[in-house]
Amino acid sequence: MSIIFNILIDGISYGMILFMIAVGLSVTMGLMKVINLAHGGFALLGGAFTHWLTVQAELSFLPAVAIAILGVVIIAILMEFSLFRRIYEFGELEQVLATIGIAFLIIASVNYWLGSTLLAIKFPEYLSGSINLGFRTLPVHRVFVILIGIVVVVALYILIERTRFGVNLRAAVDNRDMAASLGIDTARIYAITFGLGAGLAAFGGILGAELLPIEAYYPLRYMVLFLIVVAVGGMGSILGSFLAAISLGILDTAARYLMPDFSTIIFFSAMMLIFIIRPHGLLGKS
Amino acid sequence: MNTVRTQPDPGNAIMRFLKKRIAVYALLIAISIAVFFLFPYDLGFLTRIIIMMIFVLSLDLILGFAGVATLGHAALYGTGAYMAGLFAVHISASPIVGLGVGALSGAVIAFISALILMRAHGLTLLMLTIAIAEVLKEIANKAQTLTGGADGLSGIVMAPIFGQIEFDFVGQTGYWYSFALLMIVLFFLHIITDSPFGLGLRGIKQSTARMRAIGAPVYWRLVAAYTVSGAIAGIAGALSAQITELVSLNVYDFSLSAEIVIMLILGGAGRLYGALLGTAVFLIVHHTAASVDPFNWLFIIGGLVLGVIFFLPGGLLSFPKKLGWVTTWFSKQPEETPR
Repeated sequence: MSIIFNILIDGISYGMILFMIAVGLSVTMGLMKVINLAHGGFALLGGAFTHWLTVQAELSFLPAVAIAILGVVIIAILMEFSLFRRIYEFGELEQVLATIGIAFLIIASVNYWLGSTLLAIKFPEYLSGSINLGFRTLPVHRVFVILIGIVVVVALYILIERTRFGVNLRAAVDNRDMAASLGIDTARIYAITFGLGAGLAAFGGILGAELLPIEAYYPLRYMVLFLIVVAVGGMGSILGSFLAAISLGILDTAARYLMPDFSTIIFFSAMMLIFIIRPHGLLGKS
Repeated sequence: MNTVRTQPDPGNAIMRFLKKRIAVYALLIAISIAVFFLFPYDLGFLTRIIIMMIFVLSLDLILGFAGVATLGHAALYGTGAYMAGLFAVHISASPIVGLGVGALSGAVIAFISALILMRAHGLTLLMLTIAIAEVLKEIANKAQTLTGGADGLSGIVMAPIFGQIEFDFVGQTGYWYSFALLMIVLFFLHIITDSPFGLGLRGIKQSTARMRAIGAPVYWRLVAAYTVSGAIAGIAGALSAQITELVSLNVYDFSLSAEIVIMLILGGAGRLYGALLGTAVFLIVHHTAASVDPFNWLFIIGGLVLGVIFFLPGGLLSFPKKLGWVTTWFSKQPEETPR
């Protein structure tokens, strides 16, 4: 009983982290049809900024996180203007190559700035204890991550389903040429979505630093993981990314707890099975 | 006379083929002899370049010609390396038979995975290719008693080639052995890509729907191409196992799969010489950048990749053509300005 409970708590919080990092990737892929292998770079930059702000500049956690996310959003929007805008036009393979090149540059920059060691983030006292529920104690960090994850999901839902921006975004995902000819400023939507996705990735990277440790090679090490979430969920589908992230998080955690020797094989076999049954992912459109 | 045109004499076809290629083959042989004497202390590194060239050529067939994007080609290379290594340790030390084992195992694993892969497209396809390589890597890791797991497979000792030519410590035999194989693979791929089968692959790259419409079995063509590519990748893997006398889990690394794609695009995909040029440039830049500044070579590789993608979409091989475009543009300028 207790092991199932542990798997669920760890799996769901892991899934929430994956969701936060991957959702921006999924939406930009669905929107701009670009396979962005540099997305993990934004999570790394978020983590690296927070590391520098909390450990070296000795700022307290919350302002550091806010500054780090803001910084990443600004960098992402600048990169969208200067680099990614041109990459949208490329073929699939050139996109993969160009974004891998960008990932290399981000890795090299962080490596040059902070070195290749582990970049620890100083979490505040109130996030490192544990909560006593009477029948069980829970690590505060996990609970916090799950709560934040739920808040992000709800906020995204409202943004996409209930606002003018969301309507335009959905229209652009469905058919960007049609949306553009109806007078929707798609270039602006691209830039905002890209910045938002990068900001969420940075947030996920910071919160997930205990599970996916921040270091210079982060974007390459976890790139496959994030892409799997997107592909399994279906490109462009927020709900799909959420379902994929949570179920992959639980599956991976369960496999690690119960059959640690075969966790990688189980994880990838499950993924292949899903693709054989649903080639476009859980909620992807064919 | 018409019959002569539609059914050319096979002897004639070979002559025409050789006429078209002989200059390049001669150039490659001349370069190989030149670098052999110019860099006698770097034969290990040069041999590594040659092995990777064979590997990148195998990728070119499926990616450059058939247009199938893959980030898991190491699955085929790694399987060839492990099988050839195991064969050498347990069954026979003959290098030539070992290459055959590598080619066969690469082809078999390629055929099986192609049955799944060639039904998928885009991101799903990329993810599946990655997944297959990762699963194979994990299997090799877990089968510790057989493969040595994370310690790698060691104890490979090669017999002389054809029972005559011994592998030496300097690596001269390894160099010429690899180079001979590179020429054979290049020759073989020239024949394949010039054949109706190769033209069919180019057709599939340009438009799958059109190829279906003219009655080509697109799926099976792709499976066949992937299998051939797997055999060549298996040869490259086997060669690396035989020459380094070690197989480690790195042969299945994602970064290896990604790097060979970079090498191919760098040189120019869909042209066999592009694969050769890209591999050489990438590995030489990597080698020198890593020895000059081991921590920041990613800046150089990243910049090189972006530069080629943005400014030379056809790869380095298209550089002279691009220059030609610039010169014609400059020479045209005066004619247009008077208006």
